Amino acid sequence: MLDATPKKITERRALRVNPCKTCEPVGAMYAALGVHRCMPHSHGSQGCCSYHRTFLARHFKEPAIATTSSFTEGACVFGGGSNLKKAVKNVFDIYDPDVIAVHTTCLSETIGDDINTYIQQMEIPEGKIVVHANTPSYAGSHIVGFGNMMSGFIQYLAEKKAVSNGKIGIFPGFVNPGDMREMKRLAGLMHGDYIMFPDTSGVMDAPNKGHYEMYPKGGTTIEEIRALGSVEKIFALGELTTKAPAIKLKEKCDVDFAALPLPMGVEATDQYIMELSHFLHTEVPESIEEERGQLVDIMLDAHANFYQKTAAIYGDPDTVLGLTAFALELGMVPKYVLTGTKNREFTKKAEALLAKFGANDCKAVDNGDLFELHQWIKNDPVDILVGTTHGKYIAKAEDIPLVRAGFPILDRYVHSYMPIVGYRGAMRLLELIGNALMDRQDRDAADEDLELVM
Amino acid sequence: MNEREKLLDQYSGRVFKNRKDHIVQLEADGVPQEIAANSRSVPGLMINRGCCYAGCKGVVLGPLKDVVVLTHGPIGCGYYSWGTRRNKARSDSEGKSFIQYCFSTDLQEPDIVFGGEKKLKQAIQEIMEIFAPKCIMICSTCPVGLIGDDIHAVANWAKATYGIACVAYSCEGYKGVSQSAGHHIANNGLMKNIIGTSGAKRDKKFAVNMLGEYNIGGDGWEVERLLKLIGYEVVSIFTGDGSYEQIKNAHTANLNLVQCHRSINYIAEMMKKKYGIDWIKVNFIGIGETMRSLREMAVYFDDEGLRQRTEEVIAAELADIEETREAYRAKLHGHTAGIFVGGSRSHHYQNLLADFGIKTVIAGYEFAHRDDYEGREVLSGIKPDADSKNIEELTIEPDDQYYHLTLNKERFDALQQKIDIEKYEGMFRDMGNGTVTVDDFNHYETEKLIELFEPDIFYSGIKDKYMIQKSGTPSRQLHSYDYSGPYAGFRGAVNFARDTYMSIFTPAWKYLTPPWNTRPTLEGIIGGGENA
Repeated sequence: MLDATPKKITERRALRVNPCKTCEPVGAMYAALGVHRCMPHSHGSQGCCSYHRTFLARHFKEPAIATTSSFTEGACVFGGGSNLKKAVKNVFDIYDPDVIAVHTTCLSETIGDDINTYIQQMEIPEGKIVVHANTPSYAGSHIVGFGNMMSGFIQYLAEKKAVSNGKIGIFPGFVNPGDMREMKRLAGLMHGDYIMFPDTSGVMDAPNKGHYEMYPKGGTTIEEIRALGSVEKIFALGELTTKAPAIKLKEKCDVDFAALPLPMGVEATDQYIMELSHFLHTEVPESIEEERGQLVDIMLDAHANFYQKTAAIYGDPDTVLGLTAFALELGMVPKYVLTGTKNREFTKKAEALLAKFGANDCKAVDNGDLFELHQWIKNDPVDILVGTTHGKYIAKAEDIPLVRAGFPILDRYVHSYMPIVGYRGAMRLLELIGNALMDRQDRDAADEDLELVM
Repeated sequence: MNEREKLLDQYSGRVFKNRKDHIVQLEADGVPQEIAANSRSVPGLMINRGCCYAGCKGVVLGPLKDVVVLTHGPIGCGYYSWGTRRNKARSDSEGKSFIQYCFSTDLQEPDIVFGGEKKLKQAIQEIMEIFAPKCIMICSTCPVGLIGDDIHAVANWAKATYGIACVAYSCEGYKGVSQSAGHHIANNGLMKNIIGTSGAKRDKKFAVNMLGEYNIGGDGWEVERLLKLIGYEVVSIFTGDGSYEQIKNAHTANLNLVQCHRSINYIAEMMKKKYGIDWIKVNFIGIGETMRSLREMAVYFDDEGLRQRTEEVIAAELADIEETREAYRAKLHGHTAGIFVGGSRSHHYQNLLADFGIKTVIAGYEFAHRDDYEGREVLSGIKPDADSKNIEELTIEPDDQYYHLTLNKERFDALQQKIDIEKYEGMFRDMGNGTVTVDDFNHYETEKLIELFEPDIFYSGIKDKYMIQKSGTPSRQLHSYDYSGPYAGFRGAVNFARDTYMSIFTPAWKYLTPPWNTRPTLEGIIGGGENA
């Protein structure tokens, strides 16, 4: 497995091998799926849309609907306006969404299609909406695309009303529906009247009822997105993803925001709860304190299994920061912390976390790839990998246990339903990581060393 | 209204006008019908088609295990095609296989503005430093064609600089109308640059190439096992578990076996012209079809020993699966299926389904051409449109050194009457009796077809799988075999039957409706009762 990967590290300036990121449009598509009765539309070649739908369906094990402008060579020469106008008409005719969310691709960006002008020129049925976001694949990553689509919706729809609607807005970041549900549950326990945007719960984790609903009940409604312009405050969770759309909303509607990390592990969840409590003027209910206390209790009970265990943590910026923080809280050593997305802020934040816990000799990089990570591991191995499915090649090559967390997970089930945020999510992560380490200990133990009780 | 008309009923003017020619209802067996295919999809219809890059890199080149296939473009395309389409491949003797890797130039905005050639060269330099492969293939994505990077010049530079094989493919996603264009471009590149470059001579008696066998789920290995048992030598496989090293020698085979004709018939034809190698259409999907294919191969080679071994192997393989086969046939007989994949498989699998008594009531292809529906004989009547004219047709001349006909003309003509030599039947041959065929099917039509025909199982891909399952219909992916396989040959056939049975009868289907929706949960007496 991965036998062509040498131990010797060579500097690469052009070649990307085994990336740890993908392109903007798929993030935009995922964000748009978190809007109720929305059809994501990919303005580019058919392949983009096909790959993105495939990718999302593989992660969520759910239908990922989206349409395409089906560019041909002619469209590249003459511009994609005609294709887009036809597509919008057909999508409303045949699939009847309330809103179409157009995102661009490297193709339509390179030829310079002006989507906003096309939208103004097209005939849109009464009561229907078309929005767009620019998501060139040659810039940023799927994380940036997710944020850009949020900004697109805000730009088109958010409205500042004279009077505040008294609500708060929660931007959940690039997380699973299960995480969104957990963030909402906690906000609910804090008596927050919230709008979550986007919200893929109820869409990308829809139940099987024996009949297919193209637009399941979940998703942020258009009214709610409009109302984002008049909320009291935005809680932008996963700030490296959601700060940009929060700034967009601030600029457009003068809504204040708090940019926060994803509530993963103890401290970041504490921060989420404290911010909510402070802003909502609500006491933290006993039930939350109970959950927190349970988590800390387990951390104490199990700490010996985590102490100084080394980990390689990789994936998307905010998720990796959250995982790293929790690993540190558990007493682990996150030896390698890597994201594929180019974002210096990530590296700074990761380094600050490591420094805070006195974790020396750890490495944090953005704009990295899994080939690089593998080479580090070859030179100095770790006890466990925590990250996405693509790390399974390394896990097999080096015989290191892998705990799947983040996006994408293509080879397991249930993950998108179960949170890794909040105290309950941390409890689950602790169980996943702990089980992987302890299963390994059992597997490797000599007969005389096998522990019945651990 | 028949089913076809019901399917089209929702469409307004222009969409109707387009789609009506792509949907055919066969009223009776054997009535020839024309279908529109390999034409542009209607923008806005939620189709399953991919792009030219997906056909070239994803389908044909991706499985080549000793080749570094470098995607030249922004990161997405390379990333999505990482891990291939379950094209299994064993590592070489040194343990190396590049198909576990994803290589990309990960173009950034400045590269798009100032050109990406420099970065491409640098990437190749780094590939040579780190991996030192014998062959590199460069695949372009959309923006590369638009900014005009000369990837072919870079390939020539790499060849000259490193003394390796390096082939560039201008397979930008917007070319053609589907993956199909990419197949053709990949075929051209392999033909021009790789096939026949080893210098080896044709010196074997029963040597074959397997064309269009991508070893998904291990299909190629299963077929190879059978062929070796009979006494054939497999020179090269295009391209499942295939390699540059093998394909160089492809010109030394006596016969080309064409499995997925949609993706590879170009090479079969070109090799006939250049090397005189005949090709026959085989189909190792389905028990009956596997037997037919093996027997036709024996007829082609006209060797008594080979014929005998063919019958022995068939008999042994049949005996091996007989019990399981009968058990599944008894369980599956009488069920109905819908099947919508690719450009050859929707037909191939109908034969396998029929082996177990399952009737295909609706079928279609994603990116087929008319001949895949109607049979190869319609080829001459198809006028190329603007999109297909954009894909290069190579002019092939007989090779001075290697051209050699296996059969004389008389024998060839006689064989043509007996076996599928240089021809294939279309899907329509096996449909009829009110069944519906849909070309370039879309999400809406899929939903509607399921509603109209209520098939017991629907085979397609992951983009519609979960939608279909949510509608209460079992669905299996026939692109990836839902991570199972092999499905080819005799053993594969029973694997397929097992998987089909499992998906139709898994206990979870019984739980779709919660009991409280069909049974009362509250009991009590209304009113005052007897003593009131």
